[in-house]
Amino acid sequence: MGWFKRIKEGITTSTKDKKETPEGLWYKCPECNTVVSTDEHKKNLWVCGECNYHSRVGSAEYFEILFDGGKFTEFNKAMSSGDPLKFEDTKKYPDRIKSSQKKTGLKDAIKTGQGKLNGRNLVICAMDFKFIGGSMGSVVGEKISRAIDVAVKEKCPLIIISKSGGARMMEAGFSLMQMAKTSAKLTLLAEAKLPYVSILTDPTTGGVTASFAMLGDINIAEPGALIGFAGPRVVKETIGKDLPEGFQTSEFVLEHGFLDFIVHRHQLKEKLAESFDFFAITSKTKK
Amino acid sequence: MPVLLEFEEPIGELLEQLEKAKEISEKGDVDTTKTVRDIEQKIKQKREEIYKNLTPWQRVQVSRHPERPYTLSYIKYLTNETFVELHGDRTVGDDKAMVGGFGKIDGQSFMIIGQQKGINTKMRQYRNFGMPNPEGYRKALRLMKMAEKFNKPVITLIDTPGAFPGLEAEERGQGEAIARNLFEMAKLKVPIICIVIGEGASGGALGIGVGDKVLMLENSWYSVISPENCSTILWRNWDHKIEAADALKLTSSDMLKNKLIDGIIKEPVGGAHIDPEATFENVKEAILTNVEKLKKLTPAKRVEKRIEKFAAMGSIS
Ligand SMILES: [Zn+2]
Repeated sequence: MGWFKRIKEGITTSTKDKKETPEGLWYKCPECNTVVSTDEHKKNLWVCGECNYHSRVGSAEYFEILFDGGKFTEFNKAMSSGDPLKFEDTKKYPDRIKSSQKKTGLKDAIKTGQGKLNGRNLVICAMDFKFIGGSMGSVVGEKISRAIDVAVKEKCPLIIISKSGGARMMEAGFSLMQMAKTSAKLTLLAEAKLPYVSILTDPTTGGVTASFAMLGDINIAEPGALIGFAGPRVVKETIGKDLPEGFQTSEFVLEHGFLDFIVHRHQLKEKLAESFDFFAITSKTKK
Repeated sequence: MPVLLEFEEPIGELLEQLEKAKEISEKGDVDTTKTVRDIEQKIKQKREEIYKNLTPWQRVQVSRHPERPYTLSYIKYLTNETFVELHGDRTVGDDKAMVGGFGKIDGQSFMIIGQQKGINTKMRQYRNFGMPNPEGYRKALRLMKMAEKFNKPVITLIDTPGAFPGLEAEERGQGEAIARNLFEMAKLKVPIICIVIGEGASGGALGIGVGDKVLMLENSWYSVISPENCSTILWRNWDHKIEAADALKLTSSDMLKNKLIDGIIKEPVGGAHIDPEATFENVKEAILTNVEKLKKLTPAKRVEKRIEKFAAMGSIS
């Protein structure tokens, strides 16, 4: 039941708590305060062994979990955002991009690549929340778009792992249109009868929920993830009272009919393999 | 007398003079015909002066002008009252913030769909301020599919401050409803023309906004977020809405320049509400010329071009 409490306290608590433990040595679970070595935590796929709290991880971790032997070919590694609007709020957009790149070692909020999952060729896109809140701008849209092209060309399945606050404000109209762009491109994958599995992880909200994240042939989520269109704060303001317990969690979204199932990170790869076996569109290749 | 926006104040005095001159004329004491004509000329000049250089924030204000025509007014005029409204998403209910149905424009059948705002306090509530629930998007999709089945072009009229961020909207899958529409509209076989007539806020607008031709009325706006909410998120308060409106590049001319829309429909000087009929005529002309061009393409070609157009949107380095 720990998930519900976490949502209620706001999603920022967990990251703050994490920072208090010495980096690179120990990991303290923000849910149950269990402390383990980071090695141990990693071995457990960044899931708390005590309470099953799923830590937020990024593209590197998901690629390691899902691709056989952690091996993959990354697409469009160097792709970075333009500054089409010369956007400036408290900071110039290019400066914001640069500082995020420096801080995270990432180029933008998504990585895309091709490799094998239990011997099956496939394309995976995975978002990084630590890069400007996993927000979707032109790079996210373009990389997904090109990843779909590869999947169509190679006749292989596609996985998109969403983890995003929504569209990126600093690209305004451009960001908005990435919703249409990614959704439109997904029609080509569907047309080719290639399976698309959407994995919604903590958090998936806004324009990402309202586009590719909800369009999987199957939509699955990790336990306890925040999943919604409007953020909880906005909904709370709209209704003028406290949100019910468990509102907008994976479990809530499953209950309301928008997910096919929830999967523990330990079973994620196996469940995906089973699903693709069922769709059976590409024959397994020998390793 | 039209409701004046704060930047239109210079017109206010002239409008008062005009009223007075007309009053005198009506009493029959003095012939003020010339005076009336002079003042009207001055008003026209002043309006042109003001409207020539509207800032993005001022355009946002025009797009929200209380007298600005809403979707059903367009539909009524365009279809010459041949419109038959169709209700319901066949699952949950009928969303009053989204209207749709068929009607004839110049003898041609169209499916017309759009967000509907209310014209007074009571109706604003009834229409949920033009903020659809998932049922609205699903009704819209049902009607688009119907149009596809019977090979009729689709017109969407966009005017919303956003999809409704309520509790039930979340329960019933607001995100999924919008996503589904984006997906289905991308591959709909019939021509789709989308026109932003007022506010085009975010996914709530885009949810009926994937078309072969996406047009904006001159004084409408279209972006990922409203200037107020943008200000709140980036500057932590509402005080920067004017800067936010600038930064978002949300006007029709900026959106066209960035190739995020396909065209602009002119409004009368002073905004759509100054002369609704002239506005409706411009919209009608845009619909008819565009649909004529679109009908010349095969469905497959139209869909291909539609997808390619959206796929080309973005700015990367
Ligand atoms: Zn724990």
